[in-house]
Amino acid sequence: MYDIKALYEAKSVEDAVRLLTDHPDAQIIAGGSDVLVQIRSGKRAGKELVSIYGLDEMRGVKMEEDGTIRIGSLTSFSHITQDPLIQKHINVLGEAVDMVGGPQIRAIGTIGGNTCNGVTSADSASTLFALDAIIEITGPNGVRTEPISSFYLSAGKVDLAHNEVQTAILIPKKSYSGYKGHYIKYGMRNAMEIATTGCSVNVRLSGDKKTIKDVRIAYGVAGPIPMRAHTAEKAAAGQPVCAETVDRFAAAVLEDVKPRDSWRAAKDFRLHLCTTMAKRALIEAIKKCGGEVL
Amino acid sequence: MSEQQYKMIHCWINGCERSAMIDVRASLTDMLRNDYRLTSVKKGCEVGECGACNVIIDGECFNSCIYLAVWAEGKHITTLEGLMGPNGELSDIQQAFVDETAIQCGFCSPGFILTAEEILERGKIYTDDELRKLLSGHLCRCTGYENILRAVKKTMYARNGKKMPKEQ
Repeated sequence: MYDIKALYEAKSVEDAVRLLTDHPDAQIIAGGSDVLVQIRSGKRAGKELVSIYGLDEMRGVKMEEDGTIRIGSLTSFSHITQDPLIQKHINVLGEAVDMVGGPQIRAIGTIGGNTCNGVTSADSASTLFALDAIIEITGPNGVRTEPISSFYLSAGKVDLAHNEVQTAILIPKKSYSGYKGHYIKYGMRNAMEIATTGCSVNVRLSGDKKTIKDVRIAYGVAGPIPMRAHTAEKAAAGQPVCAETVDRFAAAVLEDVKPRDSWRAAKDFRLHLCTTMAKRALIEAIKKCGGEVL
Repeated sequence: MSEQQYKMIHCWINGCERSAMIDVRASLTDMLRNDYRLTSVKKGCEVGECGACNVIIDGECFNSCIYLAVWAEGKHITTLEGLMGPNGELSDIQQAFVDETAIQCGFCSPGFILTAEEILERGKIYTDDELRKLLSGHLCRCTGYENILRAVKKTMYARNGKKMPKEQ
């Protein structure tokens, strides 16, 4: 038995918003792989819960008319990885969320929960930053959207009012069309691990595969919230595909990242990881685009 | 909790239609063990890390300890008991666990076998590395995993009608 004060099961998104408005102390629960564990540890014990897990309208991946890929916030990691639209257009996201926890965690964990937690180590977060994802939020006054970069406010805090529900994550066509990406997770073991640092790169090459037209790089655990390394992006954009460009790109990330010492890893080690991962992820992403770093 | 809160849940467990009035605070592990005496569903870590409480829900494996029982509404759930033949016979994967000494204390076995069953149901041949990843949601403190991997691999080749390649 869980130490739960009361459980309210939402029948629809509107119902969830109403339940959250009526119960100002209630905690929203999606897949529960964080919330239920926190209840067990005592951190969220004795709370009222509003469960949105039953809302199938918030599940699945769809392509909208303008080419935007819409991922329902309750879509599980395993379903994202298996989804044909994801595999075809943004395979990097499917690969990234396939590194979360273990198989059973990926079956219950949702991409919405992963982002609403506001933790910097979330495996989906850096890739969503590198894809310029848009967060769709439904509240009492209707739907609003927010770029993921402004959705994350500080460690553990996101731009979501108590009576708002994150309903979808949108990937605009201009973010993925022509791009290929690669995600690297560094951890002490291969499964059931929280990333020491994660790095996601998206790159678009010129027609002859000799020039980097555009590159986007984002990190998890290189700061209190997931972040982009814009200095590195500028250093590589328009540059020839070669080892010097990759090295300059990797060195430039140090201008942007600000990891800290924690019990998981030292700051210096994380800085080393940041440059090494930038290099490796960019080389892999270039390969996926059909280019070659000589 | 000031007032007890109960809910009627209707689902299919090991192929049988079931209805029960359950406490909304119950995990699916609680419901399967306490209401249906399906004690193959083990209480291990109870925080979704060890895989001892693993069950198959609508074809996919879930740790039932971090799954609210109320979410089982309308779902098809398989526990280890569901793999048993009409006269109590072991299924091929269970027999393989016995033959390969993939069981020592047995606490992790029900969870492992159900994940193996989910993998085998896909009818694909996986490499050793892929199988290790697919089985990585379970902890076993006895076997060292190699015998478990071999049992799953052997059954995978047998079900696909292929000869298992010789181990290096």
